[in-house]
Amino acid sequence: MAEKIGVYVCHCGTNIAQTVDCKSVVDYASGLPNVAVAREYQYMCSDPGQELIKNDIREVGLTRVVVASCSPLMHEPTFRRAVEEAGLNQFLFQMANIREQCSWISENREMATERAKAIVGAAVKRVIFQEPLEVKKVPVNPDVLVVGGGITGIEAALQIADSGKKVYLVEREPTIGGYMARFDKTFPTLDCAACILTPKMVSVGQHPNIELLSYSDVTGFSGYVGNFTAQIRKRSKYVEEEKCNGCGLCTEKCPVSVPSEFECGLGKRKAIYRPFPQAVPNIPVIDRDHCLYFTKGVCKVCVKFCPRGAIDFDQKETYLDLQVGTAILATGFDLFDASKVKQYGYGRLPNVITSLEFERMSHASGPTAGKILLKNGQMPTSVAILHCIGSRDQNNNEYCSRVCCMYSMKIAHLVHEKTGARVYEFYIDLRAFGKGYEEFYKRVLQEETIFIRGKAAEVTDVPQTPAEKGKLVVVAEDTLLGIVRRIPVDMVVLSVGFEPRKDVADVARIFSITRSQDGFFLEKHPKLAPVSTASDGIFVAGACQGPKDIPDSVAQGAAAAANALSLIDRKEVTLEPTVAVIDEESCSGCKICLGLCPYNAITFDETKKVSVVNDALCKGCGVCVAACPSGAIEQRNFTDDQLLAEVEAVCA
Amino acid sequence: MANPKAAFYWASSCGGCEIAVLELGTNLLDISKKVDIVFWPVALDFKYSDVESMPEKSIDVCFFNGAIQTSENEHMAKLLREKSKILVAFGACAYGGGIPALANTTSREQILMRVYKETPTTDNPNGILPQTKVEVAEGVLTIPEFYNTVRTLGQTVDVDYYVPGCPPVAEQVWSVMKDIVGGNLPPKGSVIGASEKSLCDECKRIKGDRKIKKIVRTHQVIPDTENCLLDQGIICMGPATRGGCGAECLKSNMPCRGCYGPVPGVLDQGAKMLSALSSNFDADNEEDARRIADGVVDPIGTFYRYSLARSLLRRAKA
Amino acid sequence: MAELKSNFEPKIVGFLCKWCAYTGADLAGTSRIKYPPNVNPIRVMCSGRVDPVLVLKALAAGADGVLIAGCHPGDCHYTSGNVKTIRRFKLLQKMLDQFRIEKGRVRLEWVSASEGERYARVVETMTEDIRTLGPLNWNLRKEA
Repeated sequence: MAEKIGVYVCHCGTNIAQTVDCKSVVDYASGLPNVAVAREYQYMCSDPGQELIKNDIREVGLTRVVVASCSPLMHEPTFRRAVEEAGLNQFLFQMANIREQCSWISENREMATERAKAIVGAAVKRVIFQEPLEVKKVPVNPDVLVVGGGITGIEAALQIADSGKKVYLVEREPTIGGYMARFDKTFPTLDCAACILTPKMVSVGQHPNIELLSYSDVTGFSGYVGNFTAQIRKRSKYVEEEKCNGCGLCTEKCPVSVPSEFECGLGKRKAIYRPFPQAVPNIPVIDRDHCLYFTKGVCKVCVKFCPRGAIDFDQKETYLDLQVGTAILATGFDLFDASKVKQYGYGRLPNVITSLEFERMSHASGPTAGKILLKNGQMPTSVAILHCIGSRDQNNNEYCSRVCCMYSMKIAHLVHEKTGARVYEFYIDLRAFGKGYEEFYKRVLQEETIFIRGKAAEVTDVPQTPAEKGKLVVVAEDTLLGIVRRIPVDMVVLSVGFEPRKDVADVARIFSITRSQDGFFLEKHPKLAPVSTASDGIFVAGACQGPKDIPDSVAQGAAAAANALSLIDRKEVTLEPTVAVIDEESCSGCKICLGLCPYNAITFDETKKVSVVNDALCKGCGVCVAACPSGAIEQRNFTDDQLLAEVEAVCA
Repeated sequence: MANPKAAFYWASSCGGCEIAVLELGTNLLDISKKVDIVFWPVALDFKYSDVESMPEKSIDVCFFNGAIQTSENEHMAKLLREKSKILVAFGACAYGGGIPALANTTSREQILMRVYKETPTTDNPNGILPQTKVEVAEGVLTIPEFYNTVRTLGQTVDVDYYVPGCPPVAEQVWSVMKDIVGGNLPPKGSVIGASEKSLCDECKRIKGDRKIKKIVRTHQVIPDTENCLLDQGIICMGPATRGGCGAECLKSNMPCRGCYGPVPGVLDQGAKMLSALSSNFDADNEEDARRIADGVVDPIGTFYRYSLARSLLRRAKA
Repeated sequence: MAELKSNFEPKIVGFLCKWCAYTGADLAGTSRIKYPPNVNPIRVMCSGRVDPVLVLKALAAGADGVLIAGCHPGDCHYTSGNVKTIRRFKLLQKMLDQFRIEKGRVRLEWVSASEGERYARVVETMTEDIRTLGPLNWNLRKEA
C-alpha cells in the first residue's frame, strides 16, 4: 500500500538556507516515490511551522512525515509531539539532519545541496518502513540518590529533603563538607567557610528525610529512569555509629600520630580520628594501616577509654542495594598536582606551597593556629602568588579553572591582614566576573598588592644578587613593561587549578555517563541543560561538571534538585520503545544472543526452545539484533528494513 | 491424459545432485511410471537438439542443478527456461553458487594458469591454454567460453523454486517431487524441501554458553558428540544455515558447512555467520579480537562456502 | 586517470552511535567546523547495532567506504556494545582483505560526544584516503 509522506524542508533562518538550496531539495523530494507533499518554511519548529505539518496530516491524510532541519537530538521531541497532536503516531516521523551535519560543515553550496538531498532521500525511504509504536510509561520512585557530600551535594540533599522526599546521601570520606570545610575565608565576602557550612552540615545530619551514608562508595548502578538500583559499600569505621556519642576521648588517648590528609600533611591526626572537629557524622574512624591493634595486635587504648564501648575491631564492610528514581552526582574535584610543574620547586624548595596548604595555615584551627608562617617559624615579609598553575597550559590542562584569580586575591588579602607582607600576584589575565568580584579586586589593589602581568616562568633559590640571598626568586616576564623580572620573596603560593577527580572515569562508567574533553562530566547541553546528562534521571552538579565557585556550585545543586523533583512530581516517565523483539516463529533456539546482553535482558524459554527479551530490562542497544544469525530479532524503530532503506538511498 | 514431462540438467556441478535423485531408490521407478523424463544427460540419450525442437513450456518441470560458469551453462539455462513451465534450481550450486562459486575469489586467468600450467603434474611444455575456437583442417572447432564470474541460476534466468542442499537429502527430494508432480504448488520463488528455521532447531546437541576463546579446525581435535561444536571452538555454520537436512553432518561428528543456504529473511549468509560467531569471541580489546579472528584461516571459504555467488559482494575484486 | 581521481567525490556511509559519535558529529557542526561532506550519516543507538550485513550492503550498493563510529572503549552508553563492534570488526577486516577491498575503505573509529574536532578530522582523513584509492564501483565489479 502506498504511503503519503509529507516532507518539510526548514530554512532555519539562514542557518540552512544560506548554504543549502532549499527549493531544490523540496523539488527533489516532491519527485520521490510516496511523497504526497513537499514544502519549505523559515522555521519549522515554530508554531506556524508545526501547523503546516498538522494541517497536512488532517487535510491531505499524510501517513508519514519527514522534517529536514536540525539534528534530531535538538527537535525530534518537538516534531514528534506535533505529529501526535494531529493524530498520527509519533514514530511515523523521521528527521533529516541537514544542519549540524550538512549546512554547517560545508561552504560549498552545490555539495551541501546534493548532500541534503541524499539525507532527505534516506529519511523518506526509511520512514516508509517505520511502524506505529507506543511509548512505555513507568512509575518514578520518589527516593533520590545524591553522591558526594560537599557543599553542592548538601544543597541538593537539603532542597529535596525539605520538599518531603527521601534522600540517600553517599559520601566517600568519613565526614561530609568536601573541600569547603578546608577553606578559611571565602571570596568575595570573606565569610568564614566553616561558619556558613557547618550549620548546613548539621541540618543534613539531623534531617529526618536524609539518610547519610558516610565512608561509603557507590559500586554499581543499574536500571532506568525512575527505577534505578544503586549498590553501596559501607566501609568499616570500626566504631559503632549508634553507640558513639562523639566525645572524642579515643582520639585524645590514641598514641599513634600520622600526617593528616585534611591538613594537607601540614598537621597530624591520630590513627583513630575525625577529619575535623565539626565533622558530620561526628563519629571517628580507625585507619587500620596505622592502628597498632591492626598492625601489631597491641594497644587498644581507645577500647579502654571509650565510655560507650563503641569500638568494634571486628566490624565488617556492609553492602546494601538502594532503590531510587533519580541520582545527582556531586562528586567534586581534585587539585592539580603542583609537583608536575618542576620549575616552581614544589616539594623541593621549602616555602613553596599550594593554595590549599595556605588555606589550612590561615585557618584558625589549622596546623599553625591561623598564623602564616615560613618553615622556620617566622612570618614572611614578602609573598608571591602565582596564578594559572596547571591551567591554561598546553602541557597540562588547557582550560581556565575559573576560581583561581579570585582565590588568589583572597589569599593576597589574608596575607596583608595577617602579616602585613608585600604581596605580588603574577597573572596572565584577571578573571573577576561575578557579583562583588570586581569590587573585591579593587579592594585588594587598594591594599597595595602588586599585580605583575606575566605567568611566572620559574621559582629559584639560586641568588644572582645579594638581595636574593636566602630568598625564593620568582622569575617572570612583565609583559606590560616588556622586561624579565626577578622578584625575591619569602614565600610562594601556587594557585593550582581544578581537575576532575582521579577516579572520574570509573564513576562515569558506573553511571554510564560521558565526559567532556577536559574530563569533567558532560552536561546534556552547555547552555540550556547544564545539570542534566544524556542519561535520563541522572544529574550532575557542582565542580564535577567543571570548575566553579561556591555560589555557582550551590546554584547547580539546587538546580539538580529541582530537576529531580520535577521528574518525581510527574509520577511517571516515558521510555523510548526502541527495544529488541524476538519473533518466536523465526527463533531456532541457537542461543547465540544469550550471552551478549549487558543487562541480562535475554532469557531462554526451555519449553518453547526460543530466546525471549524482557523489554523492561532491554535498553535498545541492538547488539543482539546484529548478532542473530536467523534474523529473528528486530530492534523497534531501527529495523534492518529501515536501516537498509537508508543505506540504499544514500548509495544510489 | 498424458503424463507430465520432466527434465533434469547439470550445469557447473559435481554430479552429486544426480546421485541424490538416484538415491530415491525404488521410488524412482514409481516416478518413472507417472512422469515422462524427456531430457537427462547423465542417464538418457536425449540431445540438445531434442530440447531445441520442443515447443515452449512443453516441459512441465525441469530440475536444473549446477552453477552458471560457462556459456554452455548459460545457453542451456535460457533454453530450458523457455521450454519449461516450472524451472527448479536444484541443489546448492544452482541456488547459491555452491562450490564452483568459490572461483569468484580468483579470476579466470589465474584458474587457467593453475590448471594448465602450474600444477606439478601438468605436462604442457608449449603452455597451451584452452581457446573458445580453433581452426583445424576440417574446419573450426569451438568450446564454450569459461566465465570469470560464476552466477546462480536465479541470476541468469527467472526461477520458480529453489531446493537447497549439497546435495538435497533424499527425503526432501522425494517430497518435492510429490508436491510438484501432484500439483501442490507453493508461492513462486519459494525455497522448498527445507525447513523455515536454522539447523540449530533440528540439531540435538546441547547448546552451551557460546564463549569462544579459540577457534580450532576439524583436523586438530576430535569433538565430543554431545555438545555443540561451536562451544568446542569449531566453526559450525548451523546457526546461519537453513535446516531440513536432519543435521546429518552433525550426527557424523562434523560441523555443518552451510550447504542449505541462509535462513529465510537473511540477506547474506556469510556476513550473518561472521557476526554471530565474532560477537561471542571472548575478547574485550582489538588485540584479543584479532588473535581469535586469526583462527579463521579462510573467512570466505568458511562463511560463503556454498553461497558466494548469491552473497552481497558476490566475488572478490579482480 | 589522475585527473579523474581528483574529481572523484567519495561516497562514504557512516554508522554513528547516537550517544557519542552522532552527538560529536553534531558538535562539529555547531562549532561550524568545516570538513568534507562525504560521509552520509546513519544514526543507530549503538555501534553494536551495526551488522556486518549492513556494511557489505553499503559497499555492494555503491558506497566507496564505510565508517563505523562509536564511543571510546570503556565509555559505551550500553556498557559493552562497542566491545562487540570490535570483535566483529576484526574478523570483518580479515574477510574484506580476502575480497581485496582495500583496508582504508572500512573503518572503525571512536568519537566521543565532545570530540567535534576529532570527528571532522576523521572524516577529512578518510575522505582523502579514499579519494586516493579511487571509486570502488562494486556494481561494475560483481559481474565482471
